[in-house]
Amino acid sequence: MTTTNNNGPTPSHLAPGTSHLAPDTYLSGSNLERILRAGHFAVTGELGPPQNADGDVIRKKAALLKGCVDAVNITDNQTAIVRMSSIGAGTIVVQEGLEPVIQMTCRDRNRLAMQSDLLGAYALGMRNLLCLSGDHQTFGNHPNAKNVYDVDSIQLVQMVAKMRDEKVFQCGEAFKGQEPRFFVGAAESPFASPVEFRPFRLAKKVKAGASFIQTQLVYDLEAFKVFMDRVRELGLHEQTYILAGVGPLKSPAMARYMKDNVPGLRVPDQLIERMERAGAPWAGKSKDELTKEDKKARAAAWQDEGIKICVELIQQLREVEGVAGVHIMAIEWEEAVPIIVEKAGLLPRPVLNGNSGN
Amino acid sequence: MIVAEQKPLEEIKALIGDAKNVLVVGCGTCVTVCFAGGAREAAIVAASLRMATKLDGNSKSVADVTVQRQCEWEYLDEIAQQVGDVDVVLSLGCGIGVQALVEHFPKAWVVPGLNTKFLGLPLEQGVWAERCAACGECILGLTGGICPIARCSKSLLNGPCGGSENGHCEINPDIPCAWQLIYDRLSSMGKLDRLLEIQPPKNWRAARDGGPRKIVREDLRLSSQEE
Repeated sequence: MTTTNNNGPTPSHLAPGTSHLAPDTYLSGSNLERILRAGHFAVTGELGPPQNADGDVIRKKAALLKGCVDAVNITDNQTAIVRMSSIGAGTIVVQEGLEPVIQMTCRDRNRLAMQSDLLGAYALGMRNLLCLSGDHQTFGNHPNAKNVYDVDSIQLVQMVAKMRDEKVFQCGEAFKGQEPRFFVGAAESPFASPVEFRPFRLAKKVKAGASFIQTQLVYDLEAFKVFMDRVRELGLHEQTYILAGVGPLKSPAMARYMKDNVPGLRVPDQLIERMERAGAPWAGKSKDELTKEDKKARAAAWQDEGIKICVELIQQLREVEGVAGVHIMAIEWEEAVPIIVEKAGLLPRPVLNGNSGN
Repeated sequence: MIVAEQKPLEEIKALIGDAKNVLVVGCGTCVTVCFAGGAREAAIVAASLRMATKLDGNSKSVADVTVQRQCEWEYLDEIAQQVGDVDVVLSLGCGIGVQALVEHFPKAWVVPGLNTKFLGLPLEQGVWAERCAACGECILGLTGGICPIARCSKSLLNGPCGGSENGHCEINPDIPCAWQLIYDRLSSMGKLDRLLEIQPPKNWRAARDGGPRKIVREDLRLSSQEE
């Protein structure tokens, strides 16, 4: 990996972050913000809304995650597939007593729609926001759609931070009354190219006002450590809270698929081999020879190994200076999250005074 | 230049419909250079239509003519007679050429024979690529002469998204990541510090989003010169 010997940017442009507020003042007062500010190792999860209008799907997933994560990201038409809206699903999550992190992509809304949705989201009780570019629509189920990208994710961060801190809309116009006070976050993909630029892109997000960062899935711990070395050199870990992305592998095929097809993902061969070894008792048999029970047992063995790897990664990431928490992505496998959090020794989650409890 | 591609013959036939007399009008500028609608292509399309409609048992009289620039009135005057004599004009110009014909010959029925694709350049024989989105406020001075509006799939202004992989765009391995190109170029020129500044939201009003655009140069207008 080529990261250093960089004659490029220097951190001189960086503005102080938002993590140096007085101890008793909060940007949003969200549970996630309080947990991080109190110095606890934070745990966030992810909840994918359904491709229908059934609120019970959200309620069931929320029940699985409640008590084992500090807040849960609600994806926004993830992979460009139409799903229940992030804010709609987030409202149900709030009702269920779990704290949402609303994801908002730049793909589907212009600056007017973004700001009005954020006013509505705040009024409905949302307090955390993750700003994303969004997967290109050609990946999803409406590939002929027109995309928006009126603003990019960094401009979105800046816009939301200014609505909160200066009570102005993006156009510069001041507004009266309640401002939307979000704990604003952004994503970073430490291994996407150009790899050398990634820490500086993170610096731009922090400068724009990102108080927390959730990273793309980390499987290659050594590469992530190199990234964090650069992040610390730039002092970014003192200006924003970095939550490392983790997720349980479900099978060797999934591991290989992610390695080969998902941009910015590094899955070391050694992890793929570990997954293969977990399924070794069934390896000699052809597809037709495997009974239903065999397949079930093999899937369970793979899942156990995937969870084990995930737990080990969390424990190792916890030792990396500047990592303030983990973001567990187990989309459509929410059942794994309580097991992972427990095995990683992160239960019970802290309950802080002053939580609104929503 | 404007890069265009011919529509499939079946679509052209459907656009022409029942018309008996057809005039194919080529253009001698951009679409000649990109081999989509020049004199040669106009002749081929005319011959193809003659043959295809004959085979269909619906023979048409199809002539062709090519003007130097379909987007300027003065070149269109030359073909006024021919346009007046036919039931339908098939323009092999870009979208501008089609509309120039319509505006200049209000009584003529004009249909497009091309799909106008983009503003770009030929990379090699037979390969063209987009370079400009005509956004109205050029930012090439910020990005080392590589346009993220036209060449980044998300038109990002502050660097690459998380989908940049080995130098290519997430949507297609054949598309280079514009921000990788910008990064590499600024890096080689020792100007990477430019990428640290946060670029504010773009003024899309200068682009098509602000409504149809028009430029008026008073210094060039004949009426103002007379004053």
